[in-house]
Amino acid sequence: MKVIEVENLTKRFGSFTAVDNISFSVERGEIFGFLGANGAGKTTAMRMLCGLLKPTSGKGVVAGYDINRQSEKIKASIGYMSQKFALYEDLKVWENIRLYAGIYGVPEAEAKERTEVLLEELGFKEERETFVKSLPLGWRQKLAFSVSIFHNPGIVFLDEPTGGVDPITRRQFWEMIYKASERGITIFVTTHYMDEAEYCDRVSIMVDGRIDALDTPRALKREFSASSMDEVFRKLARKATKNGL
Amino acid sequence: MREFRIFVQKEFFHIFRDRWTTLILLVLPVLMIILFGFGITTEIKNTKFAIYDTVKDEATRGITNKLETSEYFTFERYLQSPDEIEKLFREGQIGFVVVFGDERIQLIADGTDPNTASTLSNYATVLINSYMQEQSSELRATTAARGIITESRLLYNPTLKSAYNIVPGIMGMILMLICALMTSVSIAREKELGTMEVLLVSPMKPLLIILSKLVPYFTISIINYITILLLSVYILKVPIAGSLVLLTGLSLLFIFVSLMLGTLISTMVERQIIALLISGMVLMMPAVFLSGLMFPIESMPKVLQWISHILPVKWFIIAVRNVMIKGLGFDSIIREVAILSGMGLVILMASIKKFKYRLE
Amino acid sequence: MAVSLSCNNIEKSFGKVSALKNITFEVNRGEIFGVIGPDGAGKSTLFRILTTLLLADKGSATVDGFDVVKDYREIRNIVGYMPGKFSLYQDLTVEENLRIFATLFKTTIQENYHLIKDIYSQIEPFKKRMAGALSGGMKQKLALSCALIHKPTVLFLDEPTTGIDPVSRRELWEMLRKLKYQGITIIVSTPYMDEASLCDRIALIQNGEFLKIDTPHSITQSFSKKLFSVKGKNMGSLLNKLREMPGVVTCFAFGDSHHVTAEFDHGPDGPITPESLRNKLNAVGEEELEISLIEPNIEDCFMDLIAGNRQN
Repeated sequence: MKVIEVENLTKRFGSFTAVDNISFSVERGEIFGFLGANGAGKTTAMRMLCGLLKPTSGKGVVAGYDINRQSEKIKASIGYMSQKFALYEDLKVWENIRLYAGIYGVPEAEAKERTEVLLEELGFKEERETFVKSLPLGWRQKLAFSVSIFHNPGIVFLDEPTGGVDPITRRQFWEMIYKASERGITIFVTTHYMDEAEYCDRVSIMVDGRIDALDTPRALKREFSASSMDEVFRKLARKATKNGL
Repeated sequence: MREFRIFVQKEFFHIFRDRWTTLILLVLPVLMIILFGFGITTEIKNTKFAIYDTVKDEATRGITNKLETSEYFTFERYLQSPDEIEKLFREGQIGFVVVFGDERIQLIADGTDPNTASTLSNYATVLINSYMQEQSSELRATTAARGIITESRLLYNPTLKSAYNIVPGIMGMILMLICALMTSVSIAREKELGTMEVLLVSPMKPLLIILSKLVPYFTISIINYITILLLSVYILKVPIAGSLVLLTGLSLLFIFVSLMLGTLISTMVERQIIALLISGMVLMMPAVFLSGLMFPIESMPKVLQWISHILPVKWFIIAVRNVMIKGLGFDSIIREVAILSGMGLVILMASIKKFKYRLE
Repeated sequence: MAVSLSCNNIEKSFGKVSALKNITFEVNRGEIFGVIGPDGAGKSTLFRILTTLLLADKGSATVDGFDVVKDYREIRNIVGYMPGKFSLYQDLTVEENLRIFATLFKTTIQENYHLIKDIYSQIEPFKKRMAGALSGGMKQKLALSCALIHKPTVLFLDEPTTGIDPVSRRELWEMLRKLKYQGITIIVSTPYMDEASLCDRIALIQNGEFLKIDTPHSITQSFSKKLFSVKGKNMGSLLNKLREMPGVVTCFAFGDSHHVTAEFDHGPDGPITPESLRNKLNAVGEEELEISLIEPNIEDCFMDLIAGNRQN
């Protein structure tokens, strides 16, 4: 079953084409890596998929809803987490969980119960009353991820979720991603860590607003006769023409 | 000096490359003068009025009827004695009173809000005149002989006309806004951007960096000062009664105090929003209240009046009224000038003391 | 070799939070010294102390022989600094930004153009463009040009590659190499472990403490455990099985394989070898195994060090 299906999606800002006619689809439960250089159009594409930005042309279905017409429905059925903003730092751990549960309409009683379960799972029982700003970054990001899938969304969008996180926590984070994917949650993730690209089921690489490569990491490495995803990425990005504009 | 020049230029770029900043800085004074000057409340409906009629003839009843049936006014009641007028105004029950005397017709409006008062009496005058036009020539002769005198009785600030109140207030607010608010926000902005760190880790003297921030806002204040004066003289017809040199000197002093205030605020805050809130709430709001644009100072609770003493803008407004409106000389503002100078020095000293050449 | 920077027992706390604990190190002239660790480890605080922006609670430091407290004015003349959250003036053009920073350091673009030529020439075609309209990689190049325009003797770069794509990151490191050969000492911080090998010497930092200071090579040489790379058909179950295996200390995903650490001395069933691992994994149903003994990289070392710390 496809949970994301996009056809000829294009976004122009004035004369600048940020996303240039991209088409792809993502299966349920898949971990889909969405890579690209800065300015290649990743953020714009992701915003369109989340229903935050209207495409200039093209169509797409996310979680069964049309991105052109049903953006409100899309927002209710996806989860979103980014490196820059994830949790309210001046709220306590449990307050953050309950806030997001509330935003996504999880019933009060259920939210209360599952908050405790979640704290237990994360080993955060002790930190229940801690302000998020005094948690180490890695813990914060783990919590943010748990919160973003608290309402059991069909898809979760992760925008550089592990930037600056220490290497062990980074891996624990990915183990959480695996668990979520086993539960049937589709993961759509961007990262600048190329080893993380290897953890994805499939990877797409955007260059100048187009998707220049899309396949499993193994197949991509074979195609570009590269030993690592880092090398694949570099070989592709070298082709970029308007990079930096 | 070259670095100073380039940094001043940079500040001007910041201001003029942002359409909204430019617009607000240069158009705001004009807008405020026009808005306040011509009255924000131009639409008047269902204002209650009372009648004190000592004549009680056909004409006075006719006029009463004319006013009552208009869409603007609602007739409240007849008054038994003139003493009731002030009581009604104090209670805020009515907008104006028509007094029919043997010699004349008198309109007394509640002058708490001078703009509304003048609009009300204008409307009423038009209605009374049109009533008389409709009558026979005979009746017209007798009524016209009486004449209509509209009098805005200003219960709280008896000597002030509205525009007279407004100009010093707007001047204080605008200069405060540009100097204190914009300066503090623009320094906080550098801290937020992270550029302040780089500026500090450079041979350029921190004092020079701050000075280069002050120059553009000083310049814009002067432009606004001139704009406000021109507008008030030519549009609001409020002439400069006193000495222009004295007024300008006074304004320069106030600009200096405000710039120092902005600098002091910026040494204490890290974020633009906080700078904005402090300047807005602590400096601007009182300026609005104390300018007499909304409430007369005399009607404020004693505590607030006391607090108002520590605000530079209060003394500036008083001094501008004395020089610009009343046409008084330097003698009349010695106290205000002394207070403002004192404040400026204290704030300057405080901001030098608080100024950090490190991050903490 | 001349010492360019020396830092002795620096400590710093913010309220109850201890940001830096007993930091001591030296950097030689013309060296690229990397401070490597995750966000929140104390990198920026250390940089701010060394650039005279913060005062340490304890300890002392000198930059080019100048004391960071007493001689802060002299230091501000000779260092270049690019803070972590630094962003240029978005509403000024590329050229205006550069001119502002040149002016700040009492020089001109023309005077020191040769220093930044390699970097700046790449963005020069867009010099009339607002800095806000540049991409991340281009912004970093401009920022670096701004930090270099006054010919600093010591350059502090706080996380210059964070949030930057791998290609731009590599370019930036190539530029740092070139600067090194001009005799500029470079202190750079990064959360990306793979950048460690591009430094002459590195310090691994976690929770305000230096875990290790050495050349990348020496650090990987001193790795105290055996390290295996393990691939298989089902990587998920492989990870769990490996963690349960006796003698295995840690097991983490590492790109397309798992990295398994084991003690050198005997586990309960004798030393672990690729063969013994293969047999055991086959026995529990894992297939298509590729197992080899490998050399650790810096990330392995860092993980080993912090895993050790966590257990203590």
